[in-house]
Amino acid sequence: MKNILSIDSVSKHYGDFTALNNVSVNIREGSIFGLLGPNGAGKTTLIRVINQITYPDSGKVLFNNSPLELKHIRDIGYLPEERGLYPKMKIGEQAVYLAQLKGLDSSTAKSELNKWFEKFQINDWWDKKVTELSKGMAQKIQFIVTVLHKPKLLIFDEPFSGFDPINANLIKNEILQLRENGATIIFSTHRMESVEELCEDIALINKSNKILDGKLDDIKRRFKSNTFEVGVDSANPDVLNKELESRYELTRPSFRTIGDNLKLNVKLKDNQNSEDLLKLLNQNSRVIHFKEVIPSANDIFINSIEND
Amino acid sequence: MEHFSIITTREYLNKIGNKSFILMTLLLPIILAGITFLLSFLTSINNDSSKTISVVDNTGYIFQKLQSSDDIIYDLIIDSSLDNAKEISRNNSDYGLLYITDFDTPEEIAESIVFISEDSPSFSIINRVESQLETILTNENFRLIGIDVNEIKSSTIYINLFQESFDGEETTRVDGVVKLVFGFFLGFLLYFFIFAYGSMIMMSVMEEKTNRIIEIIISSVKPFHLMTGKIIGVSLAALTQVLIWGVMFFVFSYIFSLVFGISTSYDTGDLILSTEGNTGLSSFALEMISAFMNLPLTNIFIAFIMYFLGGYFLYASIFAAIGAAIDNQADAQQFMLPITLLVIIALYVGILTVPEDPNGIVAQIFSYFPFTSPIVMLMRIPNGVPIYEQIISLTILFSSVVFMIWVAAKVYRIGILMYGKKLTYGEIIKWLRS
Repeated sequence: MKNILSIDSVSKHYGDFTALNNVSVNIREGSIFGLLGPNGAGKTTLIRVINQITYPDSGKVLFNNSPLELKHIRDIGYLPEERGLYPKMKIGEQAVYLAQLKGLDSSTAKSELNKWFEKFQINDWWDKKVTELSKGMAQKIQFIVTVLHKPKLLIFDEPFSGFDPINANLIKNEILQLRENGATIIFSTHRMESVEELCEDIALINKSNKILDGKLDDIKRRFKSNTFEVGVDSANPDVLNKELESRYELTRPSFRTIGDNLKLNVKLKDNQNSEDLLKLLNQNSRVIHFKEVIPSANDIFINSIEND
Repeated sequence: MEHFSIITTREYLNKIGNKSFILMTLLLPIILAGITFLLSFLTSINNDSSKTISVVDNTGYIFQKLQSSDDIIYDLIIDSSLDNAKEISRNNSDYGLLYITDFDTPEEIAESIVFISEDSPSFSIINRVESQLETILTNENFRLIGIDVNEIKSSTIYINLFQESFDGEETTRVDGVVKLVFGFFLGFLLYFFIFAYGSMIMMSVMEEKTNRIIEIIISSVKPFHLMTGKIIGVSLAALTQVLIWGVMFFVFSYIFSLVFGISTSYDTGDLILSTEGNTGLSSFALEMISAFMNLPLTNIFIAFIMYFLGGYFLYASIFAAIGAAIDNQADAQQFMLPITLLVIIALYVGILTVPEDPNGIVAQIFSYFPFTSPIVMLMRIPNGVPIYEQIISLTILFSSVVFMIWVAAKVYRIGILMYGKKLTYGEIIKWLRS
């Protein structure tokens, strides 16, 4: 699949401070891409480079295989983490204004905006001012403003913050719908459950460097530690526990089951396999729960950052 | 360019539609007109009521020579003692009582005349009464000594020096005053513009920054277009406001002239004709008008536009940069101070040096320095400034404008994305170098 965006060895310095150090990332067309990293890692700088708000000191950015230019601005929609609208301007007017700046003519902007207002059932908001809206309502407007000009690439920085679960779900479905219609989505968030749920690819940035990227599934495969969750009902749990202890490395369990009297996390050594473990368990007890531990995005995040 | 016009339009409409802007635009002239109207009205009431001064004249010749006028009427009380006269005067609720005792010499008479009134009388009335009495008694003195008053009058010579510049232009004292006043008016107008609308630009930039909408906008447009669009948009709004004020000024003047019967038309000579009765005023007005016409009007007009644009854009770009560099209005002070100082210096230099010596070395230096030249030069030009000086000064000014816009754009581009950091001048210089 072709890349809609290729970031190649991009560096950016602010005085003595290095915000991005030789970062390369590829984003596949039509994918949902998670841009992860702790606060201050350089994510916002990278997003600003993509938006041409700042320019890299070195390296290059390709949009659809051609160097990023001003004309690409209309193909990109950006929802910054720090939301902002004109407090005293009518909502309809400012949405049209911002769409015009993205290259839409005002009548197209108006009809597109009406569609969205229809969809969210907020037709009577057109003449309201932002100061009259709640935070969640303003966020909705902000979302509409971001997607109004039908960009090919959407960049969402913490899109769900400020939304209640119902509206967060509404927005999530809209994002998935936009992807369905062909848009590529870059997602910058600290909410790992959203990453888990939505992202196919991720990149992890820490201290201005990219430390990890690729398909989320591949990364998980790389990060799994050959550990199994085991829950059994045994006549002699202490004996079984000792038996397991002599062969494997045991850790405290972190799952929930009912009807067992022995719960363990069992980590296999390199020369051991899960069939042997299962055989041993079956000989001595009734197996209720047996599952390989797959690292969550959260685990991968914490693990990578701490070991960086 | 497309972005630029969208931004300019929004900034313009946004300012024009702003409630406080509309209020300011409409209320200021109305308030000013109201005050003027009230004052004129009160004055006219004051003038309408003629004042009666009762006179007890024991000399027998002074009253005959006192001339009543529209607002002062002398009323003779015959054969009365002082106390009696006071009584009569008070009962008639006269403005005052003039009591003249008879003596042998006019000097003695003069010393004994008293004016008695309820309240302390107006200065101008007393002055006029005094001057009439002075004339009457002096003439009486002349008569006693045997001098013919008419001979004195016919042999008196009055001088009004005919003034001319070396170029052969006629000048008068009034010319000098008109030049000064007009020059100062232009200077102050620019001063007003710089601060009223410059700080509007600053606030507008700061608002976008603190609202955080800036990040969305500059992901669509170049910061330079946003900044220049904003400056032009606000300037157009300012221009609209001034135009409206101008129109209202003429409308109110017209209404005034209808109400008070004072001609205030500016474009014709009606002023002089309609007030012909009062020759003193009309000749002064005539002189004013001719003095105004004698000004190098074409030069002033062109220079005004050039210096106005130059000065305004120079300061507007600084204000835009300040707005981008700060997070809140409190921080604005440290950056506003130097600007305020520069403009005040310009005003002071203009006020102190131009009347003394409009082409002196100090005035010259400050009319080259770009931060003061718009104000100082505008004050000087009505007095006549060589064209080459103006060209040098304008060249310096517009080069500075280009440089300042470059500086402002740089500070702006970095500043709008910087939050929570109190800026120093050192840091700004660092930005400029990067």
